[in-house]
Amino acid sequence: MNEMARLQKRRLALYGWMLAAPALALMSLFAFYPAIATFWHSLFSRGTSRRPSVFSGFENYGDLFADPTFWTVATNNLIYAGVTIPVSIIFALVMALWANAHIPARSFVRSAYFTPTILPMIAAANLWLFFYTPDLGVIDQITGFFGASPTNWLGQPETALASVIIVTIWKEAGFFMIFYLAALQTIPPDLREAARIEGAGRWTYTRRVLLPLLMPTTIFVFVNAMINSVKLIDHLFILTKGGPNNASKLILYWIWEMAFAYFDSPHAAAMTILVLLALGLVAVAQFRLVEKRTHYR
Amino acid sequence: MKTDTVTANTTLKLPDLDKVLDVLGAWVLAIVWISPLLFAAWAALQPSGTALGLDFSNPLTFENFVYVWGAVPWGGYFTNTVVLVTLILAGQLVLCTLAGFAFARFEFKGRDTVFILVLLQLFILPEVLIVENYAIVSKLGLFDTALGIGLPYMASAFGIFLLRQAFKSVPIELEEAARIEGCSWMGVLWKVYVPAAKPVYLAYALVSIATHWNNFLWPLIVTNSPETRPLTVGLSLFGAPETGVDISVISAATIMTIAPLLMAFLIFQRQFIQAFLRAGIR
Repeated sequence: MNEMARLQKRRLALYGWMLAAPALALMSLFAFYPAIATFWHSLFSRGTSRRPSVFSGFENYGDLFADPTFWTVATNNLIYAGVTIPVSIIFALVMALWANAHIPARSFVRSAYFTPTILPMIAAANLWLFFYTPDLGVIDQITGFFGASPTNWLGQPETALASVIIVTIWKEAGFFMIFYLAALQTIPPDLREAARIEGAGRWTYTRRVLLPLLMPTTIFVFVNAMINSVKLIDHLFILTKGGPNNASKLILYWIWEMAFAYFDSPHAAAMTILVLLALGLVAVAQFRLVEKRTHYR
Repeated sequence: MKTDTVTANTTLKLPDLDKVLDVLGAWVLAIVWISPLLFAAWAALQPSGTALGLDFSNPLTFENFVYVWGAVPWGGYFTNTVVLVTLILAGQLVLCTLAGFAFARFEFKGRDTVFILVLLQLFILPEVLIVENYAIVSKLGLFDTALGIGLPYMASAFGIFLLRQAFKSVPIELEEAARIEGCSWMGVLWKVYVPAAKPVYLAYALVSIATHWNNFLWPLIVTNSPETRPLTVGLSLFGAPETGVDISVISAATIMTIAPLLMAFLIFQRQFIQAFLRAGIR
């Protein structure tokens, strides 16, 4: 009997592995293997037809740190993350509160907030081109009405990154709103009533009751926004191409440029590893938080 | 609605200021948020070259759409995108169902470790690994094919995770009942688990379709012919400012690209939002 049970158990284990195998194989091929291969290739010099590539240790990383473009791009991406993450979270929260309130034309309001989410980033960039075009664009038409001189929003270093940031916020805030909306719907309305009876004003209620209850959602959205601040770069291809003079260049765009425009894949690989390290840190932090949460689930 | 009875004795007062500000704020933000789309729609209907003037006296025209349709193989791009999205979704559904089932219902050595590796893939973005993935896809001879674009996305950690959760919440009694009736493991999966997870499948499918319809960077890298290029890549080539195409034509092209998805969204709005909710909550 015992023997049979053991056999059965082994059969089930085998079955489990077989079911998971196809997915695990593809995942290894396109995520785990490439991650390791990227690291390996980042340790070799760039080969040319005359000189084969040779092992060069961490030289590529040294080159990156010595390159002023690296620092510009890294700073840009930090600013990009530092602005898009909190601003889109705040917008998302405000949108969710409004889209959840009893207001006229609520479903229109809700879809208006959400629509940018389903557009391709490339299309979003095209839409915004219409706003940013100097002199003739919507923004300059409006500011021109008040007597301001036309501005080359995308073409000058002072405003290029900000213009890119605005498009990202516009694109992702509605997406994050959805998660807040879901969370808000699980909060019993009695809570607000109780707070009101206790004499808590609206602001107090939001700060003391709502925000703490929404904390898990905020963490989830925060992690997503963080990943997006690495991932969302498609609009650069249309709006600025990272220019002028690298003023709006972001890391992933730079990796693409190094690998596919300058054919310098060793340095692109080194940069990729740095990004993966950063994402890895985010992953570890996220798992820790999730673990804490699941204990009382 | 409950509050109506509480505030009934104060209805004679003017609507309170907070409420009015809320409504105003919500509407203004909604209009601001939707305005890029409205402007583009309007610009697309203007004779080319005049659109930016915000001159409402011009007659509306469809010439930009006609021009764009003739200038670029949109029909082909559109087909490519549909094929690509379908292929990815089909692959994801099969692979993630099997793997999700394995992680939810089978005990095997190393399962939890492997599952953590799977979750880790949520952070190793395919977008970041473009350099190596490009090399792999080329080595497999899949460069410039729909399969080459789709394959890296098929074993989706997100899908496995969602389906595992869904399968785990199916009562084990249902499975046992089916097994007593003589169902094999595959039969149990197909007759008990898959039907029970239907809403999750719908949610995941909508999210997957929207994601891959819109995906750009990876398809840009692994395609180089109109025969495989999806809509987003086609649009980016068309819209590049240095080609000197003017804004009303770009707007027309943009509207054409987003129209199918936008229409689907407006029709299935409820399901869409519900789908995104469901996919994100867990």
